[in-house]
Parts: sequence; C-alpha cells; structure tokens
Amino acid sequence: MKRGLEGPPPEDRPTPAGRRNKQGIRIDPEVEATHEPRRTVISALVAHEPGVLSDVSGLFSRRQFNIESLTVGPTKDEDRARITVVVEEPDPGIDQIKKQLRKLVPVISVRELEPDAMQRELALIKVDAEDPAQVSAVADMYDATTVDSSTETATFEITGARQKIEAAIDTFGQFGIREISRTGTTALARGTEETAAAANATESTATEANRDEPYQTANDD
Amino acid sequence: MSERAAKVTPADEEEQDDDQITDSAAPDAAQEIDAESETTPEPVTSGAEAVVRALENAGVEHAFGVQGGAIMPVYDALYDSEIYHVTMAHEQGAAHAADAYGIVSGKPGICLATSGPGATNLVTGLADADMDSDPMMALTGQVPTELVGNDAFQETDTTGVTTPVTKDNTFSSHSDTVGSDVSEAFALASEGRPGPTLVDLPKDVTNGETDREPDAPSVPETYEVQERADEEIVAAAAERIENSNRPAMLLGGGVIKGEASEACREFAIEHEIPVITTMPGIGAFPEDHELSLEMAGMHGTGYANMAITHCDTLIGIGTRFDDRLTGGIETFAPDAELIHVDIDPAEISKNIHADYPLIGDAATVVEQLAEAVDESPEATKWRAQCQQWKSDYSMAYDAPEDEPLQPEFVVEALDEATDDDTIVTTGVGQHQMWACQYWTYTEPRTWVSSHGLGTMGYGLPAAIGARIAADDDQDVVCFDGDGSFLMTLQGLSVAVRENLDITVAVLNNEYIGMVRQWQDAFFEGRHSASDYHWMPEFDKLAEAFGAAGFRIDDYDEVADTIEEALSYDGPSVIDVHIDPEANVFPMVPSGGDNGQFALTEDQL
Ligand SMILES: Cc1ncc(C[n+]2csc(CCOP(=O)(O)OP(=O)(O)O)c2C)c(N)n1
Ligand SMILES: [Mg+2]
Repeated sequence: MKRGLEGPPPEDRPTPAGRRNKQGIRIDPEVEATHEPRRTVISALVAHEPGVLSDVSGLFSRRQFNIESLTVGPTKDEDRARITVVVEEPDPGIDQIKKQLRKLVPVISVRELEPDAMQRELALIKVDAEDPAQVSAVADMYDATTVDSSTETATFEITGARQKIEAAIDTFGQFGIREISRTGTTALARGTEETAAAANATESTATEANRDEPYQTANDD
Repeated sequence: MSERAAKVTPADEEEQDDDQITDSAAPDAAQEIDAESETTPEPVTSGAEAVVRALENAGVEHAFGVQGGAIMPVYDALYDSEIYHVTMAHEQGAAHAADAYGIVSGKPGICLATSGPGATNLVTGLADADMDSDPMMALTGQVPTELVGNDAFQETDTTGVTTPVTKDNTFSSHSDTVGSDVSEAFALASEGRPGPTLVDLPKDVTNGETDREPDAPSVPETYEVQERADEEIVAAAAERIENSNRPAMLLGGGVIKGEASEACREFAIEHEIPVITTMPGIGAFPEDHELSLEMAGMHGTGYANMAITHCDTLIGIGTRFDDRLTGGIETFAPDAELIHVDIDPAEISKNIHADYPLIGDAATVVEQLAEAVDESPEATKWRAQCQQWKSDYSMAYDAPEDEPLQPEFVVEALDEATDDDTIVTTGVGQHQMWACQYWTYTEPRTWVSSHGLGTMGYGLPAAIGARIAADDDQDVVCFDGDGSFLMTLQGLSVAVRENLDITVAVLNNEYIGMVRQWQDAFFEGRHSASDYHWMPEFDKLAEAFGAAGFRIDDYDEVADTIEEALSYDGPSVIDVHIDPEANVFPMVPSGGDNGQFALTEDQL
C-alpha cells in the first residue's frame, strides 16, 4: 500500500524569492538586517495593589526579556505606584515589552522615556577605612555622603546616574570594597512632559502601536 | 449576532412580576425592572451568596466543578440557585468542559474547584484556555485568610501558580467585595481578547456576612479595548488589497471569537480572495467553498501551504502566527505584505512584522476594510493557480480493502453520517490532525480542540462541555486517541450520570502515534516509550461505565456501527482499531519551510 499523499515533491516546487529575518521582517535576501539591542528606560504607572510587582517581574522572566533593573515605589496618588524598568533589547523586543506590560490589567500606562530623561540610582558602598583621609577625598569627588563609619569601615551613600555610580565603585575599589547595595534606576521625564500619565490622559497603547509601526503605502509588483 | 447568541435564555422567559412596578417610585426605574422581568431575589447574606448572585446576574446557566473543603460555602450557596452544576470526575475535566462551553456558546464557561489540589488540577485547563484565548472563569476555594502563608492544609498559592496561565486573577480579600470581584472577572474573561480569569476565594471571605449586592459585570478602567482600526491604515491596506495580484486571507480563531465569520465570508466572496485558516480558525469559512484552501501549517493542506508561501498580500485576521502555522519565520509568506487585524496590540509584529497593523475588533475592522476596498484585486491567474494546487496536492488517500483500516476513512464516514452543525472535539495527536483534515467544517464553533497547548485528554471533557452548551439537535462527536482517552476517560462517569448524548470515536493505534511518527522520521524508528503494545478494550470499559460500547476492526463494519453509536441516546464509545502504522501527511517539520511540506516520509 502506498503511504502518504500524491503530488509534486519539494524539489519540483516553485520557491519564492523573498525572505524574512528572525524578527519576521521581510528583508532583501542579500542584506541581512539585524536589530542591535539597546538600553532604554520604561516607566509604568500601575494600580497600587498586591501582586502587581510579581505580575510584572513574572512577565519579564516568562517572556525572556532582558532587564538591567526594576524598581517600584509609591507616587503622589496613594492608589498608584510607579515601576521603572531598565531593559536591553532590540527594537522589536522593546516594542513587545511595552505592549505586554500595558496588557496586564493593573497597569494603567506605559512609556519609554527619552534618552535624556532624568535617571538616578542610589548605592550604599562599604569600604575598608584604613586610610580615612584618602577615602574621604574620593567620597568628596563623587559627592558621597558618609552614612556610617567605624574604626575599620566607612559606608557612603552615592546618588546619580548609573555611570557615576559605576565610576565611584571603580575608584573606591582601591581601598577594598566590603559590600555594595544598589537600588536600581528610577527615572522621570524632563520638564513639563509626563513620565507615564494617569489613565485616559494619554492615548491608548492601541493607538500607540498603530503609530509605532510605520506602514508603507501599496507598492505595486 | 449569531443565532446561538440570540437564543432566549430561561431568565428571559420568566414571568413578569407586576408588583415590582408599584414598588418603584421613579417611572424609569419601573420600566427597567419591567424589562428585566425578574422576581426580586432575596438579598444576599454572605460572601458566598454574593458570588453566586454575581454569576446569576451575569446570566450564567451552567457550571462545572468538583467539591472540597475550602469551596464548600460557595457550593452551599449554589444549592439554592437555578444554575445547573455538572459535577465532574476531575478538576482538569471541569476546566476543559468550561473551556469548550465557552467556545461553543461564546460566553465564559465557569468551573469551580477547592483549594490546593483542586486548584492545581485546574492549571492545565487554564493554560489551555489561555493559549487559545477561550472565555472562561475559574472560582477556587482558598484556606481562610488568617491561615494564608502558613502552609495550611490544602493551601496553595493559587494566584501565584496561575498568574502565567490566566488573563487575570484576583485574590478576594473581603466579603463585601467578593461578589464584585467575580463580576469583574466574568466581564474580563470575554471582553477584548478573551481568556481565562480566576478568583481565589478564602473560606472566611465566602463564609463572612455581607449584604452588598455585587456590581454589574464590567471591566476595570485600566482595561481598554480598541474596536475600530485607524482609518488611515485601513485606507492604505485597502489600496494594497486592490493592487495585489496574489491575495490570500488567513482566518484565525479570533474571527470566530469576534463573530466575524460572516463578514469575512462576504469579503472573501465579494473580492474572490482565496481563504486559508489556522487550526483554531477552522469553521470560520466553509471548507466546501471553492475559495477555501483549508488549514495551513505543520499538517495543513499542500495547497494552503503553497498559497501562503506564494501570496503577495496576506490578510491575517485574529491570528497570532504561532510557530505551528508559520514554520520557520524566515520562509513564512516571504513575498507577502502583511495586513494584520487583531484586537490585541501585543500580537502585532510579535512574530511576523505587520506592514499594515489594524488593531480592533475583527468584525468591525473587516467591515471597515469592506467599505474601503472599491475594486477587487486582479487575481484571476492566482485563483487558477490555487485551484491547480488543490488538484496537484489533493488530500486523496489510499485505502485498499485488504489492508488495515485507514483513519481518514473513519473520519469521513462520521462526517457523512452527521449534520453540518455537528460539533467535533478531539484529543491531541495524529487523530486530531485527521479530524482537522478529513472532516469538512462549514460552521464556526463546531471545531473544539486544544490548539496552542496541545493537551492530550482534552477531547472527552470538552465533549461534555460542548454537549451542554450545544443546541439539543446538534450532534457532538469526539475523536480521541487511545493515549489521550486514557488521560481523562473518568469523564465517562459524568457523561453517563448526566445522560449526555455524545459519540466518542477512539482512533486506536495502540501507539502514542504522533510521537511514533516523529520517531520513525527523526529518531531512526527507535520507539522509546511510544508503543503501548496493549490497550484496554475501550468498548467494554465504556460498558462498565454504563455507556454504550462498540468496536470496529474492518471497513465493512464502519457505516453500520457509526449509525448505531450515533443513534444511541446517551454516551457511546467506538473503539476503532485503525492501521497502527498510519501517518499524518502533509507535514512541515518544526521550523521548516511551509512550501517544502513532505507528502511522504522519505521527503522529510
Ligand atoms: C498531556 C500531554 N502529554 C504529552 C503530550 C505529547 N504528545 C503529543 S501527541 C502524543 C501522542 C498521543 O497519543 P494518542 O492520544 O494515542 O494519539 P495518536 O497520535 O496515536 O492519534 C503525545 C504523547 C501531549 N501533547 N499532552
Ligand atoms: Mg494512539
């Protein structure tokens, strides 16, 4: 008995000329377009209720989104909290993160901040204080505040953009760092611009998604 | 609105209560009450009563579940309700039955379970509904609030466990608000993109006193759904359609859920555009229509896969471009500009880049497109090409009388013996694929299967849920695999107890057949853990449950036995011994090129 079905075998079939890349974007078969990952800050205004943080962090791990940091804190409205996530993904991934976040029911609005947004992080750095004079010179250099000191250790608080914190940690390294604790980045948009606005004050994600995706007008073939 | 949706519910038929009107001061309110024509229910006294009241207010008529300690207060309140509860044999079955009920009726199916093992047994069914965007709501009992977090008896972090597999879930924290939590979860299950929701109900919350009536079902303010697509993009997409020479429509499950089948049919026929479906989209377009190319993807027809590979414009509606459909992304519809209609913005450009993203309700957006497209595309040659592919890659199979029974024949025979509106449910495996390929579907909501999750054991409990949601004169047929049937056949006890008229055809190959097929193709025929060698006699087993049992071994028994099983008023099981070596073709291996589907094993 013949098994399977009749019909021209694969090698006898016409094949299309086009191709897509891994992101499902049609490409010129000759040039492989790739999207490089980039670092960006996404701010979400969420309902201040139990479970939101786990919803958000669960989303990131489940969908394998790369995050550098995630912070959460109250806002001026006690029913709302702000979640700030720093991510590193190619453009289509960033787009997905925004849309998937917006889809969570307790999430009110989501925005990717401009690169010039105010970004701050706080770090506590505990170092060996064998040479107090030199240690405090470095602390001055980074505007660090002394939070605690003992005969053996000194602990500093540093606030700033991530680069500043990294540089401080580097420099403090010479004295011997005992422990570090960092908060992760929190951020706000500059000037009168709203970071992630309350519901209905911004356009819906749906409209945003429509606009995010540039569409071509028909190009005939 | 579909005929089914328009069906009169028992509540609508209830007698009017004239006393209501005299009680009410404002004439407007009086009219409202008159229109609702309901007797005033007793005020609620407990959280559990508020939960049941929320269900009643939402128009729930049926629920599926299993009792247990933490959910007992809710069941106690249900005792006095008109809601018909089907006591299931396993919570997984309750979830699948509710899921299927949702698919067939278009309204959320309800399942109940106790805390701990009851809730964890629901998880597979929730995940299944989540993958397929089926409207469904689960109510789970939970240990009393003061014990939560103490590892109390039958305590499980149910909201934690189910977060990744539900559209939304809630832990109810107060007797006063528990009814409204249920109303909201009910509304969320079907609004926008449907999906399963869950409300976790601590026993103190349901036992607690309250006189607060639940709010009417509505979604939270933060939940926004866009109904109409951006007009500018609609216009651009319409222009693209008009100028295309090789257009194709790809209808997904969203077409059926969005009640857009009629609009899609009209659009396709008006503009003579060939139509492909995804697996969940089966039934969105009549497969006996000339324009139908049936299902594309891994086990789709050769002609659907040729068309999807060679089209220049693909109108994808209510589909999420799952990898079983697309095969390798690089070779998926590589010449096509994609017009993607979906209600969920997150599906746009998730897997396949949308050149024309149309976010909105499927029926609304298809109407928008229909208005915007003035001229049909010039695609005579393309249609002829599609017809040519239909004959080149015909699904005709070989079935010599002197060889073991071929499964395709059995599927076709059952299709022939039943009406067009017959509902088909399945397990997962080869038999599921034969049921897609060889049954001719013509109506939405008649194909009920586990698509995205691929859950063996879905078939029988789904048939139970479908039977209860279906019209009385509709037949319900379940194609099951021997392996799949073994996973949930305790549901037969439910079907017998409830005297549900369903016909289960077990396509018995004494194999985990789909796995055996892959082993033959990709693992040098090493049948590791796929050969059962032996199976219980399913006809006798059915009889032990009190159902009717039948057995088929040969071609000449097929027609008569099917007739007998179908005419039996109650559950019947046909143990159909098919050719154990039968394989499913065409086949695109995982990540493969749709246009390079194999028609025989040596082409893999
Ligand atoms: C719950 C579950 N476990 C395992 C699998 C993996 N699996 C997919 S198909 C299949 C074989 C199914 O056997 P059977 O129900 O007899 O169907 P057949 O392929 O023989 O028609 C298996 C084990 C699955 N899909 N679901
Ligand atoms: Mg089998």
